[in-house]
Amino acid sequence: MTERVTVTIDGAQVSVPKGTSIIEAAKQAGVLIPHYCYHPSLPSPAVCRMCLVEVEKAPKLMPACVTTVTDGQVVHVNSAPAKLAREGVLEFLLANHPLDCPICDQAGECELQDYTFQEGRAAGRHDDYPKRYNPVEDFGPDVLYVPNRCILCTRCVRFMDAVAEDGVLNVSERGDRATIGIFPDRELDHPWAGNVVDLCPVGSLISKDFLHKARAWDLDRTASVCPGCTQGCNISIDTRDNTVVRLRPRANLEVNRHFMCDEGRMHYRWMNRGDRLEAPLVLEGDEHHAVDWDTALRRLGQMVRGGAGTAVVLASGRASLESLGWLSRLLGRYQLTAAVQVPMGDEAPLAGVPGLALRAERAPNLQGARVLGYDAPWASALSAAGTASLVVLLDVSLTETEAAGLAGAGNVVVLGTVESGAWTRAGLVVPVTTMAEEHGTWMNRDGRVQRYQQAKAPPGMAQPAWWVAAGAMATVDPSADTPTSAAQAFAALGAHWPELAGLSYQDLGFSGRVAASAMAEAVR
Amino acid sequence: MGYPHPSHPKETPVLSKHFGDEGARTFDGWVQRGGYAALRKALEMTPEAIVEEVKGSGLRGRGGAGFPTGLKWSFMPKGDGKPHYLVCNADESEPGTFKDREIMRWTPHQLIEGCAIAAYAIGAERCYVYIRGEFTEPLRVMQSAVAEAYARGALGADVFGSGKRIDVVIHRGAGAYICGEETAMMNSIEGRRGNPRIKPPFPAQAGLFAMPTTINNVETLASVPHILNRGGAWYKGLCLGNPKSTGTKLISVCGHVQRPGNYEITMGTSMTELLFDMCGGMKPGRTLKAVIPGGSSVPIMTAAETESCLLDYEGVVACGSMLGSAGMIVMDDSTDMVYQIWRLARFYAHESCAQCTQCREGTAWTTKILERILAGKGKPSDLDLLLSLSENMTGKTICVLSDSCAAPIVSGIQKFRPEFDAYLSGARQPALAMA
Repeated sequence: MTERVTVTIDGAQVSVPKGTSIIEAAKQAGVLIPHYCYHPSLPSPAVCRMCLVEVEKAPKLMPACVTTVTDGQVVHVNSAPAKLAREGVLEFLLANHPLDCPICDQAGECELQDYTFQEGRAAGRHDDYPKRYNPVEDFGPDVLYVPNRCILCTRCVRFMDAVAEDGVLNVSERGDRATIGIFPDRELDHPWAGNVVDLCPVGSLISKDFLHKARAWDLDRTASVCPGCTQGCNISIDTRDNTVVRLRPRANLEVNRHFMCDEGRMHYRWMNRGDRLEAPLVLEGDEHHAVDWDTALRRLGQMVRGGAGTAVVLASGRASLESLGWLSRLLGRYQLTAAVQVPMGDEAPLAGVPGLALRAERAPNLQGARVLGYDAPWASALSAAGTASLVVLLDVSLTETEAAGLAGAGNVVVLGTVESGAWTRAGLVVPVTTMAEEHGTWMNRDGRVQRYQQAKAPPGMAQPAWWVAAGAMATVDPSADTPTSAAQAFAALGAHWPELAGLSYQDLGFSGRVAASAMAEAVR
Repeated sequence: MGYPHPSHPKETPVLSKHFGDEGARTFDGWVQRGGYAALRKALEMTPEAIVEEVKGSGLRGRGGAGFPTGLKWSFMPKGDGKPHYLVCNADESEPGTFKDREIMRWTPHQLIEGCAIAAYAIGAERCYVYIRGEFTEPLRVMQSAVAEAYARGALGADVFGSGKRIDVVIHRGAGAYICGEETAMMNSIEGRRGNPRIKPPFPAQAGLFAMPTTINNVETLASVPHILNRGGAWYKGLCLGNPKSTGTKLISVCGHVQRPGNYEITMGTSMTELLFDMCGGMKPGRTLKAVIPGGSSVPIMTAAETESCLLDYEGVVACGSMLGSAGMIVMDDSTDMVYQIWRLARFYAHESCAQCTQCREGTAWTTKILERILAGKGKPSDLDLLLSLSENMTGKTICVLSDSCAAPIVSGIQKFRPEFDAYLSGARQPALAMA
């Protein structure tokens, strides 16, 4: 048990572990101390001087980011001297900062804008001088540096030095001539370099991909999980008018701290595809005909009831626990071979955060699939499919050869998002939602079950795959207790897979929970 | 002897005794003049006894802060098993200060001996001497003296057969003022950008290479052999003013006096005596207007304030300024104070390391305002603006560079306001053309 100390911050008493900084203790007390250079996932240099607070008995104002609490300490964040000091810092920061907020991507989510609005001077006193000017620099694949907006907080430099451990950035020159520099012949091309854009408190480091795409206040932000790999970084899906415009990391100290890799960050365009399957299709003769859901679900129920022996499910590694679980239950009468598709890629660790990497297995629910019995090797599941009585394809893309291998199968059902060659033989094709269009959960490589939320409306009649499976089950057995929400679909899994027993959406919250068996396995 | 003038009878030449004496530069020459006896003596003492002797002498840091040297040494942890480091601050970048330069130029072995004793006293085997980049001659002299000291056994793996290892490494700065700040100096030696570090941790806990470190000024370390030779009590007795300020002090006097140069005085000598007896007073027909007594970073004193001023740490503070590094800039009645203050502000704006917001932006902004005033384009509100910005720049940053820029601006406006008003009202012709 760590020793705790009690401090009073703006009149509120809090008890925090010894060694906590005033700035973190203040968060516990519900007081946000304005700051720029401080970031909980970076070393603190105490250079912006924005977080100066009054500490009783200290001779001068103290930087809250590097001053640790002591028992009985009394801190004033909003006293006159502290406010005056912050007003001074803001005025100095604005002395050379362009007032180009109307064309700045950061506007609306800019800490300089926010704090100036909160407690800056009503009018500047720097009116007579031309502001410092330096041209925009191209730092790398996705990052532009706008030096005129830079407030030299050095978060980007410290991220590259201490977290990415690829020190390509520096502070060049001195005094008010200083700018962030990049070493000659180097690029900001580290696989995690994009985080400097999020870390930048102003619009100085900006993403080329997001450049002038949307205003911050027009965005809807949805708590989600990165679909890129088994790491399961927590993210926010930012949409504008039902279109995903960017992915940003969402803090989860247990999984990804405040970061996400560039591959994950850039891999969102598929969520906006326009060529989506929008209605259920049944094969009549040589042609697929659109039908309503009742017809489609009844057809699926008939196919399930009509077959016997072996069934094979080939599922996407992005399929949710709910979908995989209910599909497996739907096929309970069969001898089931189930596999998920796992695209492979290069591994890219973030050196400064142990346990955080872009993983080689680009399937966010690989661990969850294994727990739910989707553990057959892909190749053997494929060959089993060639003779199976029923084959279900859940949002997978098959090569022509793979698709041709299904020729000997009995019934083929596709739960799909976009057209693929495997459809031609499918007796039933139904439209399902992507992770961006549904609520669901994945289990990451460490056994952590995490929720993602619906970020945009599904196209046409698309529904989550669990809904399809449960709906078909109801046609087979009208007395079955089938879910009507993702929360119910998830809560019901525990009865069949003890690893998930007792978990509910409420428990998972926004940062997830490690499933019991995974925890036991980790201990073992 | 003295350099460039012979010692004045009112001086107390201890450190400067051999200034101008080329024979003192060599190892043998230094030994003939009594050198290295203190180091031999020190090696037979315990480190604790040396620290006690220095504590007893009342020696205080000569770089500017005036922190008691013995006490600083005693902060070094004992028996911690880590390597300890001594850093000799020979960056001497404070405008108006040139005393350390002369110590290194004329008596390099005086400094090497002091370094070796101090290193032994704090349990360090290695001492870095950080020499200002512009000091080409002192660097050359120090390099050959260090080589000679190694060759003669005063440095190395077995100093004078005592079995103790003491290495001296000369590290050359690259010309940044801020590298004279002790934590910036440690960064610079480590090969990083010379930015001051936040304290805590203090250097005695985690300094150079994160190991316990003591940083002392050249003059401080050069005083140590004399204290060991003649005793702490003797040194403590060198005192004419406040008993907390003891020993001799080298004062670098520059500006409008008849004989600028280094003067070694006993602590507590009056400023009038220094300026008018030793330095020969003002140039003919001129009167004293102002003195910056401790390098450019301290408040400016008016002529009236200097009259009763005693030159020791407390005496100068009592008269509204600080002894600092004792680089004394003397200005007579021909001086344009606004112009001089602008020159100082411009220096700080150029040298700001750019870490802290107030310093990075404040030094540059105040410089621009002073420039505008000098160009005859100032506004009546400019002086209030300068004072307000100076307030925002004082006591709020990691190091004191920002405060150092504000100090002469604030004291200048307070003490010489009519000169600013003359520019603002147009009574005085512009001294600068604005770009």
